[in-house]
Amino acid sequence: MKSLAVFSKGTSIKSKPTAATAFRVMVDKEVADHIRSWRLILLLVLLVLTFLGALYVSLSNIRVAVSNTQDPDSTFLYLKLLTTTDGTMPTFHVFLNFLGPLLGIALGFDAINSEQNNGTLIRLMAQPIYRDNLILAKFASALILVGALFFTLVLLMIGAGLCITGVWIEPVEVLRIFTFAVLTVVYVGFWLSLSILFSIAFKQTATSALAAIGVWLFFTVFYQIVVNLVIGALVPRQAILTEADIVGYNEMVLNILRLAPSQLFSDATTTLLMPSVRSLGPMTMEQMAGAIPAPLPFTESLMVVWPQLSGLLAATFLCFAYSYYLFMRREIRS
Amino acid sequence: MENPVIDLKGLTKCYGSLKAVDDLNLKIEKGEIFGLLGPNGAGKTTTILMMLGLTEPTSGNALVCGIDATTHPILVKRKVGYMPDSIGFYESMTALENLIYTGKLNGIPENEAHQRALDLMDLVGLDDSANKRTSVFSRGMKQRLGLAEVLIKRPEVIILDEPTLGIDPAGVKEFLSLIRQLSREQGLTVLLSSHHLHQVQMVCDRVGIFAAGKMQMEGNIHELSRTLFDEDSYSVSVTVREPLPACWEYSDELRNIRDVRELHITENLVRIACASDVTPDIVRFFVAKGLDVMGVHKKEFGLDEIYQKYFDNHLIENNTNEKSRSIFKRYFNKK
Repeated sequence: MKSLAVFSKGTSIKSKPTAATAFRVMVDKEVADHIRSWRLILLLVLLVLTFLGALYVSLSNIRVAVSNTQDPDSTFLYLKLLTTTDGTMPTFHVFLNFLGPLLGIALGFDAINSEQNNGTLIRLMAQPIYRDNLILAKFASALILVGALFFTLVLLMIGAGLCITGVWIEPVEVLRIFTFAVLTVVYVGFWLSLSILFSIAFKQTATSALAAIGVWLFFTVFYQIVVNLVIGALVPRQAILTEADIVGYNEMVLNILRLAPSQLFSDATTTLLMPSVRSLGPMTMEQMAGAIPAPLPFTESLMVVWPQLSGLLAATFLCFAYSYYLFMRREIRS
Repeated sequence: MENPVIDLKGLTKCYGSLKAVDDLNLKIEKGEIFGLLGPNGAGKTTTILMMLGLTEPTSGNALVCGIDATTHPILVKRKVGYMPDSIGFYESMTALENLIYTGKLNGIPENEAHQRALDLMDLVGLDDSANKRTSVFSRGMKQRLGLAEVLIKRPEVIILDEPTLGIDPAGVKEFLSLIRQLSREQGLTVLLSSHHLHQVQMVCDRVGIFAAGKMQMEGNIHELSRTLFDEDSYSVSVTVREPLPACWEYSDELRNIRDVRELHITENLVRIACASDVTPDIVRFFVAKGLDVMGVHKKEFGLDEIYQKYFDNHLIENNTNEKSRSIFKRYFNKK
């Protein structure tokens, strides 16, 4: 017979576990899991390669871009670093437009259903933790990693810029670049919460991954085509339209396109990284009259992209709320 | 039973039109080992899930340690350790890390969780595998690790769903004696569900036979066997050297012995069903008749027979009758 001293040894006073500590423990474990996984390493390599490639192209063209006096943004060297290209390769923020979803989906598509398939979910649920803390921990841990990743990249870029060019960085550039990083994290967060939603809705990890990738492909490839087709069929010929009508229709098409998160993201990043962009819709000659092509202050740019940012946040919260709804009353069996 | 640790009142769970658990009432006292027995799909797991607040009952209450599991599942989960039937661990982590993680989720500080985890691994016999990844664990090792995981939070009640699945016979014995020891020495209340009758018989104070969502009967094995086999709760088999004829001359005389109810003769084996233990009388009878007794085997009815008899009598017959009737019908209609 073995001794059962284990049971009485040590402090017998149970410290009351609070929800906050359990949540921290879960986030710690999830972050550790991600870091140890091959998946994150692969994504990291992909992202860093993209970043280096984009940086290389922009660095080799930076002299031309900055000396172009026609361009009102030419004084912002560090923003130029992120947006300059010679056409051989897309810029970093355009890359992110489709790498972001991949990152979000890859980190979240098997969040819940793999635990269920491995039989760890029921074991976890038998511990004194709140159910919503689990999905929140999954979401938070992936977001922490993504945030750390993008801030590191951005800081690396600034550092490399400082070393190579020796040009002093403007505070407003720092602000814009950091806001860009935050925006990217929000964008990835949307895809992350969407893929977590699918991981709750579907039992098989393959199904949930496919569903998330399907949504992503739909929005990046087919959505524009479908919208253009439908609009082309519905809108009357241009010859009989007044100028105001055309502007109105254009506005409408843009708004429909903005239902796609990638459109929101590209709108927002363009505005943030190119300070001279002052409107995202079409502008009439009357509106343009008297305007001097000059960069907007940071707060004004932020105002322009505020709807985009809140749209992305809203979509993220919507997905998260729905996954919460699905998960809270789900019966968990092994 | 004044203060039952587990108190189920009119617990009912419906999945659509199917009643998985039907108006279940059950009380389990502190320090008791209760075995929930039933065939597959009887609703055992559903009942357990309701006790942990992992599933909402359609009606009725499940009180565990006086706490309603449906409305306050967190409080219940602090006191109850649950081991599911198909247990899984995080495969990228070692066994020790898995245990520490569970410990920390229960609010145990890291260093103490580490100490407890090591002690428990030793207790369940996994001390040399503590730093192995759980992906290389066999089913039985996972089951042992599962028990350690249940114990790390020092629960008042442990609920084990098919705990002996996949453990080798020697391991089962050890496992069950450990459970029994825990219950006796630490006053743990244990509820275990199983369809392995012998194991349940070995360890449980009381058993409940559960089928079709209902507790068909409960009590200790002795009581159960008495209620079910009031006619013939003992069976004595006597083997003689020479085969006996089908209509044996002494059979009436043998039947006249007190409490002997039935007699079966197959060649040289005589099976006698009796209400009380009259084995000595029977042996004396055979010896007196000058027969060469080669062996006497007395059998008290165990759970296996109880189980068999019970389901034979009540459920399986009904089901199969209906089924075979409908198959017949279809078959004949085709013709």
